Amino acid sequence: MLTIDALSKRFGENTAVDAANISVDKPTMIGIIGRSGAGKSTLLRMVNRLSDASSGTITFEGEEISALRGAAKRDWQSRCAMIFQQFNLVPRMDVVSNVLHGTLNKRSTFATMFNLYPQSDIHKAIEILDRLGIAEQAPKRAEALSGGQQQRVAIARALMQDPKIILADEPIASLDPMNAQVVMQALRRIHEEDGRMVIANLHTLDTARRYCDRVIGMRDGRIVFDGTPEQLTTGVARDIYGAGADFSEAATSTEIETLDRAEVREAEAYV
Amino acid sequence: MADISLGGEPRAVDGIQSSYMAQVQRRRLYGGLTLLIFVVLMAAGFNVADSRNAGGFWDGLHQIGDYPAEVLSEAWEKRADLPGLIAKYFPALVETINIAAVSTLIGAIGGLFLSLLGTRGLAKWPRLIPLFRRISDIMRAVPEIVIALVLIFVLGGGPVPAIIAIAIHTAGALGKMFSEVAENADLKPVEGLASTGATWSQRMLLGVLPQVAPNYLSYSLLRFEINIRASAILGFVGAGGIGYELRNAMGWGAGRFDDAAAIFILLFGTIVFFDQVSSRYRNRLTEGQGQ
Repeated sequence: MLTIDALSKRFGENTAVDAANISVDKPTMIGIIGRSGAGKSTLLRMVNRLSDASSGTITFEGEEISALRGAAKRDWQSRCAMIFQQFNLVPRMDVVSNVLHGTLNKRSTFATMFNLYPQSDIHKAIEILDRLGIAEQAPKRAEALSGGQQQRVAIARALMQDPKIILADEPIASLDPMNAQVVMQALRRIHEEDGRMVIANLHTLDTARRYCDRVIGMRDGRIVFDGTPEQLTTGVARDIYGAGADFSEAATSTEIETLDRAEVREAEAYV
Repeated sequence: MADISLGGEPRAVDGIQSSYMAQVQRRRLYGGLTLLIFVVLMAAGFNVADSRNAGGFWDGLHQIGDYPAEVLSEAWEKRADLPGLIAKYFPALVETINIAAVSTLIGAIGGLFLSLLGTRGLAKWPRLIPLFRRISDIMRAVPEIVIALVLIFVLGGGPVPAIIAIAIHTAGALGKMFSEVAENADLKPVEGLASTGATWSQRMLLGVLPQVAPNYLSYSLLRFEINIRASAILGFVGAGGIGYELRNAMGWGAGRFDDAAAIFILLFGTIVFFDQVSSRYRNRLTEGQGQ
């Protein structure tokens, strides 16, 4: 389905992504983990074509994505939704308008200028918001919402695109644990109920373990691990994060339940 | 709480949908009315302007290319003279740039004082803030060319009236821009300096200027670009510089379109040059601080 072959991205001297190979044959929920600066975001941005690859190819269902230009590239971007860490909504527009931005690829600039979205799209947008539990916020401005609600608006915008793939770049890094859970569950449900592929950059191990079918570990631009959450042992995790023996998974956790575990209390005792 | 309601009550969604649709309809109605009013006003205004116009817009429209075509063809015939003419008019260009530079410098100093005296929280005499603001409004409101015409009448032609005219306008314009920057300056260093017994000018010099200097310089450079254009225009009314030469050269039928072309090339080159230089410096000042 999705094949990434020897994909690299170089910024001058630095190599952000170094010959990444990923092959996905059916819609899967994939978590990419690694330290900040490991190249996770760059990889996702290349898949969405927000940035161009230096070398290598991306192929989706037989079509070479990395070679698309102009309108064909924008058509791909409409089929491959992206969710950002800072939500990237238009803050001064209302929630429904932000969700309707998911249909921009099908609309002319003229129709957009006069806000001429079809009634069916507006109804669909509100239904998606209702599915994510924030329909009551529909007429409010996006900036008036809490972080967790804004991220769900961003997910609604992604769903409005009716995409095959949803890319999520650190979707929960700006959220508190409670909202992080809501957002991750929403992504998981979208994957299970709609059968869409979800690729999420995550900065905590336990989130990847809990929600993903497959985990990819990146370090310094290279893919150093690719397997099921069960194969991800503490030793492998230490390799991915380049951490020493004092590394404990619970110490990086954002889940509320883990806070009760003894090892965290120990870790906190050291601090 | 952490759970997402998937179904919800269908009635609630219907209500939200219809109330949002009503909101959208209202917004579209307002948008359409605004557009209609705009189009009607534009059309009506154009017709009024056109009927009062001496020549008539539509009658003159097809002749719009005649003058540039004649200048270009004549300049092309005498293209061999162009380098010599450019060299001939270069001193006049230098005079124009000098007028702009001196007036920008004087105007920026004036604007600096006007802005510091007219900003809340920084002013030496808070009660006089409205006075200094009105002074800078007046300086900004009177066009350079009006001041220059009056001064040329009084002082006679030459660069000095142009310098004074542009400096007055620049002081008013920069005073406004500077005070907007100064309003956002952090007052804590000023308070710290006041606690040591520093005078007003010491507080401004050490507490405010370091914060606002990059923005002030960037606005001054932008103003310098504008002033080059202004000083060229003032040449038309007898203030010297390249504008004076251009007015003499560009008259129809004088047979000096090659001179006019040379001056146009010089002006265009100068403005491009200073635009490039100042935009580079402005970028460095506003973005690349501390590097």
